[in-house]
Amino acid sequence: MLAKRIIPCLDVKDGRTVKGVNFVDLRDAGDPVELAWNYSRQGADELVFLDITATHERRKTMIEMVKAVARQINIPFTIGGGIMEIADADALLNAGADKISINSAAVRNPGFIDELAKAFGVQFVVVAVDTRYDGNANIVHLNGGRIPTEKETLDWITEAESRGAGEILLTSMDHDGTKAGFDNNLLKIVNDVVNIPVIASGGAGSVQHFVDVFQKTNVDAALAASVFHYGQILIPDLKLALKNQNINVR
Amino acid sequence: MIGIVRYGAGNIFSLTSALDRLGITYGMINNEADFEQFDRYIIPGVGHAGAAMAKLENTGLVPKIKALNKPTLGICVGMQLLTAHSEEGDADLLNIIPVKTLKFKDEPGFKVPHTGWNNVYPQAGNPLFENIPADAHFYFVHSYYIEYDGAYTLASTNYINNFSASIWHNNFFGVQFHPEKSGEYGETLLKNFSKL
Repeated sequence: MLAKRIIPCLDVKDGRTVKGVNFVDLRDAGDPVELAWNYSRQGADELVFLDITATHERRKTMIEMVKAVARQINIPFTIGGGIMEIADADALLNAGADKISINSAAVRNPGFIDELAKAFGVQFVVVAVDTRYDGNANIVHLNGGRIPTEKETLDWITEAESRGAGEILLTSMDHDGTKAGFDNNLLKIVNDVVNIPVIASGGAGSVQHFVDVFQKTNVDAALAASVFHYGQILIPDLKLALKNQNINVR
Repeated sequence: MIGIVRYGAGNIFSLTSALDRLGITYGMINNEADFEQFDRYIIPGVGHAGAAMAKLENTGLVPKIKALNKPTLGICVGMQLLTAHSEEGDADLLNIIPVKTLKFKDEPGFKVPHTGWNNVYPQAGNPLFENIPADAHFYFVHSYYIEYDGAYTLASTNYINNFSASIWHNNFFGVQFHPEKSGEYGETLLKNFSKL
């Protein structure tokens, strides 16, 4: 039976992980490779690295990091952030990335999804969608939820799938950072509409939130950052709790 | 030493990284003469099976590959190439193992591509799966699968239907999952292959 996936997300700036991480036995909390290795040893099913570097050197530093991760890590990982053209994706693929995640570049140029799927296959293309409820509808937002677009979330996700997205990473900006649980209502609607895997993101604060998102929405994977980085939830404990609720995990 | 068949279908950095971590030596095969340097072979591959077969044909290596008598492992699309035919691109393939590669049927509640970790159930006693438990999880990502066949299926997995997670015929082996991305058990499988 296909297992539900647990995915820690790491923010990377200039080739170093940012946000506090307090693993006890970590020599260098800013080293993406060491962090990734620790997560894979704990039973993470997959990793996502989001590049938040804003400099011109970004591509070069990211490629070096991706190679270093691929050399050491034996689980799949996705790279997101700043992928604007086919050449960016190609360089990441050749450095060992399993998937890339695109967000604003796809919103601004939806044809980019088609191009990527054609060049590398749908399994390589994750479309990340940041969504926020504006009082009337769920609207796609850019720049970490700050800039609303004209697109309704459900329409955009359906379009992304039809263009060749292999997976949807849905972050509810209303829930992100609240630690009050995932946006299960929206995630259920989205998961029922598409026929590609959906990764839930935004709002994880407790083990019960992961139980809830899998039981209530049947999404394929759940992603979180700080609850893992700060050691509030340990992945082996989380997996055990999910198993005890008859949720199939590795 | 493993020879990796290079024919332009997909990236092999993760595969060679896994072999490096395991201390398994390897080299690249670009032409027919290269085969002689190695005692076993890997045919990698991602993407479109029909396109991959066209690329392989362009290398001129097809007759040599069909005549190999040393252990040979196809991974993902590299495994599908060993079969007779794929519905992806309606392509005739190497037909080293006479089974078919089919598209997953639409089934409510089952997403395609089949993405993630699923249980693999190998036949008991095959050295490729030595020291790997009978329901170990391996990492899959694929939209086409090789049909289950009692004569050639070495390991099965269930998704929408039972299919071949691994096939075997004489010296030819194939795995649909990615051993290089399948954690500890994936590494065990690569190690097992290096000792066949």
